Amino acid sequence: MIEVISKTFTPEILQYLLGGAWLVIELSVIICILSIFFGLILALLRSYDKFVLGRVAGIYIEIFRNTPNLMWVLICYVHAPLPTAFMRCTFAFVLFTSAAIAEIIRGGLNSIPKGQFEAAYSQGFNFVQTLVYIILPQCFKNIVPTLLSQVITVVKDTSFLSMVAVAELMFRSRNVLSLLPRYTGQTVGIEQVAAIFGFAALIYFVINFSLSCVVRWYQGRGKAKTEARTVETTSQSA
Amino acid sequence: MIEQILSYESWMAFFKDWTLFAQAFGVTVMVSVLALLLALALGVVFGVMSTSHHALPRFIARGYVETLQNTPLVLQAYVFYLALPYIGVMIGQISVGIYAVGIYHGAYIAEVVRAGIQSIPKGQAEAAASQGFTYVQTMRWIILPQTIKIILPPLVNQMVNLIKNTSVIALIGGTDLMNRTNDWATTGECIYGPPFLVCGILYFLLCFPLATWGRNYEERLKRRDIQSTDKPAATEEAAS
Repeated sequence: MIEVISKTFTPEILQYLLGGAWLVIELSVIICILSIFFGLILALLRSYDKFVLGRVAGIYIEIFRNTPNLMWVLICYVHAPLPTAFMRCTFAFVLFTSAAIAEIIRGGLNSIPKGQFEAAYSQGFNFVQTLVYIILPQCFKNIVPTLLSQVITVVKDTSFLSMVAVAELMFRSRNVLSLLPRYTGQTVGIEQVAAIFGFAALIYFVINFSLSCVVRWYQGRGKAKTEARTVETTSQSA
Repeated sequence: MIEQILSYESWMAFFKDWTLFAQAFGVTVMVSVLALLLALALGVVFGVMSTSHHALPRFIARGYVETLQNTPLVLQAYVFYLALPYIGVMIGQISVGIYAVGIYHGAYIAEVVRAGIQSIPKGQAEAAASQGFTYVQTMRWIILPQTIKIILPPLVNQMVNLIKNTSVIALIGGTDLMNRTNDWATTGECIYGPPFLVCGILYFLLCFPLATWGRNYEERLKRRDIQSTDKPAATEEAAS
């Protein structure tokens, strides 16, 4: 097995695969930043605009939440009015992910008591100030875990792009597999397949597992904090 | 794409092949149902295992959930479709879809079930044990029936994701709705508008009622909880 690994992962192939992994990270970061931005706008519209724009945001969210991501990738890869394949795919993902993130943010907004608004108004904050200084900081603090699990979903879903020949990790793994006989002189057997798919799985696992560890650490910290607070209050009352 | 949706000819060309799409839609529905059954079975088993008192089943369940939740579904489908033939296991594309999607969402449902079981007070299990229930009987008759109400909303959410994720079959070349649409659109005259519009509507028709029902159910549940917690307070007030 060690012989197979050292034979399979020549420096060129390793570089090629790691390039794919870097593309996955690059794509995910850009997609997530853009999606949080647009998702925030959509969520605010859906929550606080009762007229046309709020309805439009609602329809947009429902449409994109109930159709597969792959469909939008296939459509946008051919028809989005953007110059490069990378941008078109990012566009498709942002369309889909911003709807999912909008729902997450809306959940966070709903969890904030109405009294916060009223208190802010009574102190002379206007609507925008209330949102920026009072509501959104609390909202984002609550939704960090859900948001990060959506980021994990995005990292995993970038593998859908191998269908439209964007050279990300999954596409490159398949490519290496089919070119292996030519470049390393090995016949492809279960060991080679296991080595390459195992390597791809390991990269995805490392990225996602570290993210999910952050989620768990954050949730544990929140729990510890509330426990400390309840202990404090009970000791005070005693 | 918009012109194609508005043009009469492309719709006529599309309707000439409608049986192909109906058949592919049937495949997607079938895969969704079978994958859901597999995912539910795996989810309940591993969810119960991850709340066990022994370390070994807990460890196995954690391994299953972490491995499958942190690697892409596409990779898992490729493993089934491209790697297993080398050890002599040949599975057709549609069956690969059922197994891959079912096992992948089984991990998510296991987490949902685990959270549901942990939300039931410990006293329930202790009371059942004091009445002579075995572990399996306690789970079957006492704990799981109580969790169903709580886990139904996230479960429905997972069902919607499962239906959307069946489109992974397209990546391994099975003829589900997604792949049929893409194939039809990219061959011949490249008519993109009508097939993708219909494909989107069909997925929407599958997912939207489920998602809406799940959300309404959750809201009803919340409202009932608020009412039931309000009631004793109200009677106390009346009594005083």
